[in-house]
Amino acid sequence: MKQSQHKDHAALAQDFIKDDEHVNWHDGALWYIREKRDIASKQIPEWEALREAASQIKSNVISNLHEYLLQFEANLLNNGVKVYWAADAEEHNAIVYSILKAKDIRQMVKSKSMLTEECHLNEYLIERGIDVINSDLGEYIQQIDNEPPSHIVLPCIHKRKEEIGELFHEHLGTEKGLSDPTLLTRVARKHLRNIFITRRAALTGVNFAVAETGEYVVCTNEGNADMGAHLSEVQIASMGLEKIIPQKKHLAVFLRLLARSATGQPITIYSSHYKKPREGQEMHLILVDAGRTRQLGRADFRDSLKCIKCGACMNTCPVYRKSGGLSYHNTISGPIGAILAPNLDMKKHADLPFASTLCGSCSNVCPVKINIHEQLYKWRQVIVKEGYAANTKALGMKAMAWTLSSPGNFTTAGKTGRWFLQNIPFVVKNKFNPWYKQRDMPEGPKESFADWYAKNEENNNKE
Amino acid sequence: MTVGLFIPCYVNQFYPGAAKATLQLLKKLRVDVAYPPNQTCCGQPMANAGFEHLTSGCNRLFIDHFSRFDYIVAPSASCVLHVKDHLHDANEEQATAIRTKLYELVEFLTDILKVEKLEAVFPHRVGIHHSCHGLRGLHLAQMSELNAPPFSKPQHLLHMVKGLEQVTLDRADECCGFGGSFCITEEAVSVKMGKDRVTDHTKNGAEFITSSDLSCLMHLEGILHRNKSSVKIVHIAEILNAT
Repeated sequence: MKQSQHKDHAALAQDFIKDDEHVNWHDGALWYIREKRDIASKQIPEWEALREAASQIKSNVISNLHEYLLQFEANLLNNGVKVYWAADAEEHNAIVYSILKAKDIRQMVKSKSMLTEECHLNEYLIERGIDVINSDLGEYIQQIDNEPPSHIVLPCIHKRKEEIGELFHEHLGTEKGLSDPTLLTRVARKHLRNIFITRRAALTGVNFAVAETGEYVVCTNEGNADMGAHLSEVQIASMGLEKIIPQKKHLAVFLRLLARSATGQPITIYSSHYKKPREGQEMHLILVDAGRTRQLGRADFRDSLKCIKCGACMNTCPVYRKSGGLSYHNTISGPIGAILAPNLDMKKHADLPFASTLCGSCSNVCPVKINIHEQLYKWRQVIVKEGYAANTKALGMKAMAWTLSSPGNFTTAGKTGRWFLQNIPFVVKNKFNPWYKQRDMPEGPKESFADWYAKNEENNNKE
Repeated sequence: MTVGLFIPCYVNQFYPGAAKATLQLLKKLRVDVAYPPNQTCCGQPMANAGFEHLTSGCNRLFIDHFSRFDYIVAPSASCVLHVKDHLHDANEEQATAIRTKLYELVEFLTDILKVEKLEAVFPHRVGIHHSCHGLRGLHLAQMSELNAPPFSKPQHLLHMVKGLEQVTLDRADECCGFGGSFCITEEAVSVKMGKDRVTDHTKNGAEFITSSDLSCLMHLEGILHRNKSSVKIVHIAEILNAT
């Protein structure tokens, strides 16, 4: 897998921004989806009430997770599904491997699952001689390119069709220069069709797990999860603990919100319910913690577990649109990734809560009303207190360069700040001040407001 | 009614014109307004960088300077929001009083003074830059993300200004990328966001970009100036006070 771990978000974003035309295209493509989401959400008069309902249902879920999980497990077992509990990625991957090994299966097809990306399942299985093919077109393209997804809903949104054409030419033998999306999709479809038919095992993610019935729902636009599951003799589903909803009727809230928030569609093309194995088929479901219960224990951040992975916060985030998902160096990128990632590895992801202007657009589009931008602010406080501030690109030093001109002490530092600006221009006009690289500093006026007021107004007031 | 004028540190230093316009405008509207000397920073630069625990001194000073007024008004949505969201003190009763009676200038004009008429003249094409803290924090206007009825307090006021033509933008309320310390630590993204905002205003014919936040405007001005643009920034108080 291509690695980008050594650079922080700011540095990776800087690399991404070098190609101005590409950034503009990326920004425009995601803004287009944000606009589609706006149109779709504004066609439903009760949209804001739906968001509130979804948020409250999820509040109930994360407050009673223990009971719902046990209820879900009992119903799964009743339905003839085998259930596994995995504390972390390693346990999850080992369970998948053991299921495949027991049936002597060496090839598996996998639909989109950010959890298995998070667990690095593909690498784990491939190291053990098991061939895994991602069947979601975007994830398939990313797999061919040996690169992680840059977006949870649109895994290869950062690639232009010409780049994809080049990849297909190299890996699938298409004609050089072919970049027509329809033709490229047909080639992938033909290639994947053969994989679907020959694979005995299929793994899917889970969008919603219904505690009351033990069924789970997988939403796709391509039908790839269904194709894999229907043709498999071993069907595996991996889900994070937080994917539970209490009752089937709650799908009426979440399915209406999910696709509209994600892509502006009224509903995903396929919303497939899986409950019982077919005759001769095995169904396995793995419940994965991997840090989720730790996040549940963080009062300020537990609401992040409400996330239904629609990606709306990424599409609306101007920082995401200008810096690309891979600059977040975490499976889940964008604003939601930036509040989930520090829980997984605070040191490694200390930069992410700072990769935001706290503009708050993310919280406004979130279909489950997670207060994302407030959590970003709170993570900053935690990260500084835990001593990881140094990690955020010498934040202290650079913020100091900025705050020097924002006087802490009005009567001394204030005047000093202006004096610096007016009299020693090299202090600001040098290459070490990032402000000045592409921006001018405001011209310091001769007199501050306070000085002017003392001279003019205070005397007037006394008179 | 007594009003304490809160002028954020960087406005005091770099944009005294906006502070004077705020003072003069309030006086024109017959408000009994005073500027407590020796006021300091609201603490936001530290807090947004993760150092909120270092802001208790700022908070205490803020309370000392402004407790005596009926209202506190500032020409900066961002600083106002910070104080409203994060000012706490050992004397929490005093802190709560401060948070409750603090207003950004535009909302003070529309919500408290209920201004319906101004004598201002500003014969120019003007683009409104909604600061995120003003928009999504203080709700100075409806947010484009929500399915909710539109309104705009700054637009309402600017409609009263003779000769002013408001410019329609492609993206009504996108962040400019200033973001406090973000503008330094994420310089590349910050500048790219700022350039794109500037382009939206210029291509739609704005001569001036106005806002209730000079921090956004300082960032946009830095980009405009570097690129030798003829488009200027102006704080909304300066327009509402213009004759």
